[in-house]
Amino acid sequence: MSTTENRTDTATRAVVVVGHGMVGHRFVEALRSRDTDSTWKVVVLSEEAEAAYDRVGLSSYVGAWDRASLALAGNTYAGDDLVDLRLGTRAEHVDRDARTVTTSAGEVIAYDALVIATGSHPFVPPVPGHDSTGCFVYRTLDDLDGIRVAAESAIERAAAEGGAANGLVVGGGLLGLEAANALRLLGLTPHVVEFAPRLMPLQVDDGGGAVLERLIGSLGVQVHTGAGTSSIAAQDDGRLAVELSDGTALLTDLVVFSAGVRPSDAVARAAGLDVGERGGVVTDLACRTSDENVWAVGEVAAVEGRCYGLVAPGYTMAEVVADRLLGGEATFPGADLSTKLKLLGVDVASFGDAMATTPGALEIVHTDATKGTYAKVVVSDDAKTLLGGILVGDASAYTTLKAYVGREVPGDPGALVSPAGTELGADALPDDAVICSCNNVTKGSICGAIAEGACDLAAIKGCTNAGTTCGGCLPTVKKLLVDSGVELSKALCEHFEQSRAELFEIVASTGIRTFSGLIARYGTGTGCEICKPTVASILASTSSDHVLDGEQAALQDSNDHFLANIQKNGTYSVVPRMPGGEVTAEQLITIGQVAKDFGLYVKVTGGQRIDLFGARVEQLPAIWQRLVDVGMESGQAYGKSLRTVKSCVGSSWCRYGVQDSVGMAVDLEHRYRGLRSPHKIKFGVSGCARECAEARGKDVGVIATDKGWNLYVCGNGGQTPAHARLLASDLDDETLVRYIDRFLMFYVRTADRLQRTAPWLDALEGGLDHLKAVVCEDSLGIADDLEAAMGRHVEGYQDEWKAVLDDPEKLSRFVSFVNAPEEADPTVAFDESGPRKVPVLLGLPTVRENA
Amino acid sequence: MTTLVTPPGAPPVDVAPSAGRSAVRPGILPPPGARQWVPACPVTALVPGRGVAVLLPGGAQAALFLLPNGMIYAVDNLDPYARAAVLSRGLTGDRGGEPTVASPLLKQVFSLRTGAALDDPAVALPTYAVRVQAGTVRIGVPLP
Repeated sequence: MSTTENRTDTATRAVVVVGHGMVGHRFVEALRSRDTDSTWKVVVLSEEAEAAYDRVGLSSYVGAWDRASLALAGNTYAGDDLVDLRLGTRAEHVDRDARTVTTSAGEVIAYDALVIATGSHPFVPPVPGHDSTGCFVYRTLDDLDGIRVAAESAIERAAAEGGAANGLVVGGGLLGLEAANALRLLGLTPHVVEFAPRLMPLQVDDGGGAVLERLIGSLGVQVHTGAGTSSIAAQDDGRLAVELSDGTALLTDLVVFSAGVRPSDAVARAAGLDVGERGGVVTDLACRTSDENVWAVGEVAAVEGRCYGLVAPGYTMAEVVADRLLGGEATFPGADLSTKLKLLGVDVASFGDAMATTPGALEIVHTDATKGTYAKVVVSDDAKTLLGGILVGDASAYTTLKAYVGREVPGDPGALVSPAGTELGADALPDDAVICSCNNVTKGSICGAIAEGACDLAAIKGCTNAGTTCGGCLPTVKKLLVDSGVELSKALCEHFEQSRAELFEIVASTGIRTFSGLIARYGTGTGCEICKPTVASILASTSSDHVLDGEQAALQDSNDHFLANIQKNGTYSVVPRMPGGEVTAEQLITIGQVAKDFGLYVKVTGGQRIDLFGARVEQLPAIWQRLVDVGMESGQAYGKSLRTVKSCVGSSWCRYGVQDSVGMAVDLEHRYRGLRSPHKIKFGVSGCARECAEARGKDVGVIATDKGWNLYVCGNGGQTPAHARLLASDLDDETLVRYIDRFLMFYVRTADRLQRTAPWLDALEGGLDHLKAVVCEDSLGIADDLEAAMGRHVEGYQDEWKAVLDDPEKLSRFVSFVNAPEEADPTVAFDESGPRKVPVLLGLPTVRENA
Repeated sequence: MTTLVTPPGAPPVDVAPSAGRSAVRPGILPPPGARQWVPACPVTALVPGRGVAVLLPGGAQAALFLLPNGMIYAVDNLDPYARAAVLSRGLTGDRGGEPTVASPLLKQVFSLRTGAALDDPAVALPTYAVRVQAGTVRIGVPLP
């Protein structure tokens, strides 16, 4: 400092600060508060137009979009004549011999001391397409403004197309997760791609990373670890197609690079100052560079060759330089890189020797998958001294643990991450009864599994295989669980905590009409083969939209998606509706002709109609066109919906008949056709007490009496046969229909997924008496509602197949191959050498090398 | 199984350039080797959440999926349990965040990322690399 006094005209010396970030500002504040004699005047050059702001809290800019709220206190130095802040002015050139800085405004400013606080800039990997429109970095307020504009137009585009908008963050470190949160707050679905096998690779280990990934994934962030970004290609519609190194691809509306930072040392380099191997202006522990009049602080400084990416060490450097300029002897003491933060609401903390690099270090880990927590402590080889640790999910112990680093731990170090043990008791209720006939699982094994600790359906499925094939026994398994005293989750699946009945009420009362809307508000994740068809069914039960309209199309099980019944070789069977078993000669001839022309196997069903087997997906429209042309319509044999109304011939032909059972059956089938329900529904109508229509084996059985009709409900065939129970006697036509309306809608609203009417009645609190009260006496006061809902269904009915034939867009999905729509699936084959045509399955598929 | 050459009317396959992938770190690259990139369909033909089947040269079939979050995956279309080419018609979703497809026949669940059958460690579907070029989704098939 000896030569600086006479360089200025006044008694004060000049320090030029290049860069007005958090550390630059801290330096100015530190200098001005310590320089009580006002010996230094300060010129600050800020490249950004904004005075120093809280870059660590950058994400909080999202939403409020209020720049002022991020401003650091005192950042304009109002009222301090000794600080001259030049916003929007960059340092272009440093002449170390003349001790001047040339600014981007062309001004030459002399200095006695120069402090480089230019920080760092985001590293953008040289991925092809990284400079496409829609690619951003995450560093400044201006960056966020750009991301906001892109996100808002993406959301508009997505809303117009009925989809969701996505954003991709390259880099799963601390800042990458911040950026992902920002995208989430902007209304995008964020993806995070991280090269390393885990998130936040610098702070947490694999175990902590796994828990972190789960927690963050549950918030809707899509995490891709162990994958790089291979290329980005702009599409015509403005979206970006991103290819990942693991071979997957995705379409995104914008990309944010957050793959680390590089020191912004260009000015220093150009001035000939020493820089580190990996960038950064090299300083000694006093933060002095290779030029004694030049200092470096913050992320641009490589103190003894090491850069620090956190703000706290930067603040320390700022204090060191301020002290030095005033003649002090301060040195940089090194930095504690312990971090504790909340990312997307998830606690993450890392302290001391978190990665256990100390020779002989021992690790004690406790993971609680249900709570989503991970805790690890690292201790010395004698298990006495705490060296460091990692906490994910719950960092409440951080403060205490960090205090113990380097000290002897009192007692058992394992207690520091003490687990909370849980014990599950369950009564064993062994029995020989086969519950799951697909996999031959007895009640005994299921109860055994419960006794061994399986406490939900998934666990029982896992250890017994019960319910893993057709799923028909799951309601029974569930009941066993309840009976055994285990508090059973009524959750539909891992994505919805609600039961089907609760979801039905939510849909009915909120008016939410999309799966994405429902899962975003009431569920987690993206759904599965359980909740999607369930919600599709609820949406169909509550409106008359076509099941293949808009987003609903993606929810339908294969049967509903192709409006036909999938068979074991992937072909479909076709069942036209024959209400009450009636069919005209012309229709019968057409069915025969269609079967002949398409080579279909023909079988008469148990529900008095005809099934045509072996149609390939691309043949379905042509087949249905011919059926529709002769006045036939979909039989919904593929749906969880009304199947058939079986009838005897009744009083019009039969000498014993007392009522027109065929006429009633046809009317009922026309009324309830197309009604989606928790499971299939079958009706029977018999014209006299001889019961030729086997109506008491049906969900709704109607049996003629001298005075009218007896109504029986909740009879099922199938795995657990049950006779229907008498609900009401001697009803006139109108009352019969009203009661059936109420009964069906009550079932549709309150049953579990795939619960047929007999087990539903068994599980119904109050049983048959309650059902009678609800349907016949309106004890709940909901009869009008139920009837009105059924009225809307009847009014809105349309033939699903006719609607498809009239809609080229829906029709276009009926192909075997998207790239060869005319092509038949070459793997479909039949054997016609035996007494009947049968499908031939493929040999076991050849295993090819993964592409 | 019937062997099939490139279907008539389908555009010719092209070979992707192998250079210019410098950003990818070794160890997580797809297995090396040149691929041909078979055009499947325009991106706009995919319904989010659903799959389509793609006929590949040589008669193999891929099941190609666009998920609502924008990810595109391709696995083999053959259901190894049912021994039928049906997986493109399965329902997609996730299990614990892992993107999945369930067979439409007996509902076994497979990871769309790795092809693994999630309840059966012994079974996995072959997977295919996917890329989108100029609005067309292409499936990478290893050259013989």
